[in-house]
Amino acid sequence: MKYYDKLIFELSQNGRCGYSLPECGWDETATDISACLRRESDTRLPEVSEPDVVRHYTNLSNMNFGVDTGFYPLGSCTMKYNPKINEEVASMPGFACLHPLQPESTAQGALQLYHDLSKALSAITGMAEFSLNPFAGAHGELTGLMIMRQYHLQRGDVGRTRVIVPDSAHGTNPASAAVCGLEVVVVKSKPDGTIDTEELASLLDETIAGIMMTNPNTLGLFETEILKIAEMVHGCGGLLYYDGANFNPLLGKVRPGDMGFDILHLNLHKTFSTPHGGGGPGSGPVGVASRLAEYLPYPRVERDDDGCYHIVGSDKSAGRVSGFMGNFTVLMKAYAYILSLGKQNIKKAGALATLNANYIKESLKDCYKLPVDKLCKHEFVFDGLADKSTGVTTLDIAKRLLDYGFHAPTIYFPLLFHQSIMIEPTETESKETLDAFVSVMRKIAEEAKTEPEVLRDAPHNTPVRRLDETTAAKHPILTYFEL
Amino acid sequence: MAKTIEGLYYSESHEWVRIEGEYGYVGITDYAQQAMGNIVYVDMPEEDDEFTAGEEFGAVESVKAASDLISPVSGVVEEINNDLEDKPELINQDAYSAWIMKIRLTNPEEKDSLMDATAYAAFCEKEQ
Repeated sequence: MKYYDKLIFELSQNGRCGYSLPECGWDETATDISACLRRESDTRLPEVSEPDVVRHYTNLSNMNFGVDTGFYPLGSCTMKYNPKINEEVASMPGFACLHPLQPESTAQGALQLYHDLSKALSAITGMAEFSLNPFAGAHGELTGLMIMRQYHLQRGDVGRTRVIVPDSAHGTNPASAAVCGLEVVVVKSKPDGTIDTEELASLLDETIAGIMMTNPNTLGLFETEILKIAEMVHGCGGLLYYDGANFNPLLGKVRPGDMGFDILHLNLHKTFSTPHGGGGPGSGPVGVASRLAEYLPYPRVERDDDGCYHIVGSDKSAGRVSGFMGNFTVLMKAYAYILSLGKQNIKKAGALATLNANYIKESLKDCYKLPVDKLCKHEFVFDGLADKSTGVTTLDIAKRLLDYGFHAPTIYFPLLFHQSIMIEPTETESKETLDAFVSVMRKIAEEAKTEPEVLRDAPHNTPVRRLDETTAAKHPILTYFEL
Repeated sequence: MAKTIEGLYYSESHEWVRIEGEYGYVGITDYAQQAMGNIVYVDMPEEDDEFTAGEEFGAVESVKAASDLISPVSGVVEEINNDLEDKPELINQDAYSAWIMKIRLTNPEEKDSLMDATAYAAFCEKEQ
């Protein structure tokens, strides 16, 4: 890999320019903009040529690590391969060149895609209706909670201000609830990693708006008491929210709607193979049970009896969460993924993801501490090395993995353990890749005993070594001009 | 190994309290700061805030995670440690001198339900 760490500002040369345009012939001094809104100093943009720009960003991109370059076992993020046919479909000019304000009669194909993808997601999840508008996972959570709140308010039930979030739930849940103006109540897990239903029972009363669950939870464990939990929460008048971050292992096998969930969001950028994490924007569709459909955000798409599609909304809607119809090209990529897998193959994805995770877990549990030793779904959590006497931490292990050419797993989350390492291989990986990862993890465990200082100083082979995270968090330098 | 200090009272959520007359000084333990890693921010209460034992009174943020602060005792905040505003790393340097809040105790007997240094060291051993 060629080392390259320039900022584009460093390439800037006074007066250099990437274009040449004829005189526009208009007076460029704006007179109808009030003085307080007018920029007084110059913009200080970098002055570079087109080849400068292309080389700069190409060199930077060569230093990037992504699913297309190697194994990326980032727990809870489902970094599966993004099939390239998705990109081809999303760049079809008939869709890509649409303007969001075009009359609906001229965008029937796009509206049909929105409608058909909603129906496909309904079939996969068991929810009655979908909005595809939310832009990402946490945005979907917020939208779902707005629907939950709207449902209670529309019934005149104004006292439900609290949301239960298990300590094994996805990390963004408490934040989404707080943004929605709801108070978070934490329910603890039992030693076996699943929700303590006795403690849950003691929290259920008329102040509870609902519960947010991630199933399988962040330990990769399926909540086997889900039907009982659904009955309990519904019994107190609350709703069940399903965080779709971990939907991958259930794909085509189990439906949240059948488990009793009332509202869910999916991460198309995880489960449905659209690029994310620097590779592209997300999409967090929200599905609801039929009695909540009227609270979905607008705009929505409806098909009339003549087969025409219309943009509609409901008076009782929780509101608008996006300017238009969400991240539309991401929807196209997810739809391409669903159609290319088809009904039969989509059922294999979750099973293979589960098999891969269990294979790594079983291959390493003698040298890494496995706090909950049972069958996992698509991911699992180690609590650091089995042998803690070396003083080697989870951070050291993660940094050392970079030396061996793997992306690090999610670390120090969930907070249930002090040295969490959360591994999710996804169905993408072959046995050869899994074996290579296992052998490196075993080698690192061995190094921890024989040469721990190598781990403490890792990474050694990356363009940059350990970064000063404390100074970066406390005194961030946010622009070139602060350097 | 994490340090403990005789004479302080410790909670299961890893806060300590030092009782001085009618006041208590509250901070987080050495075990907690080690587990958190480099601390970058302390979200402190305000003077005259009132807390009951077990109630959240603020949060500490490290490069790894954010963690709620749980008051081990009940009382009214008399003073907060302003030094932590600019130098949260004082907690990493010496967790037992970097107190976070000074609280006027409303129920001094609560200390009896907290752990002493020996019991807390044993508790941490089990947590590992």
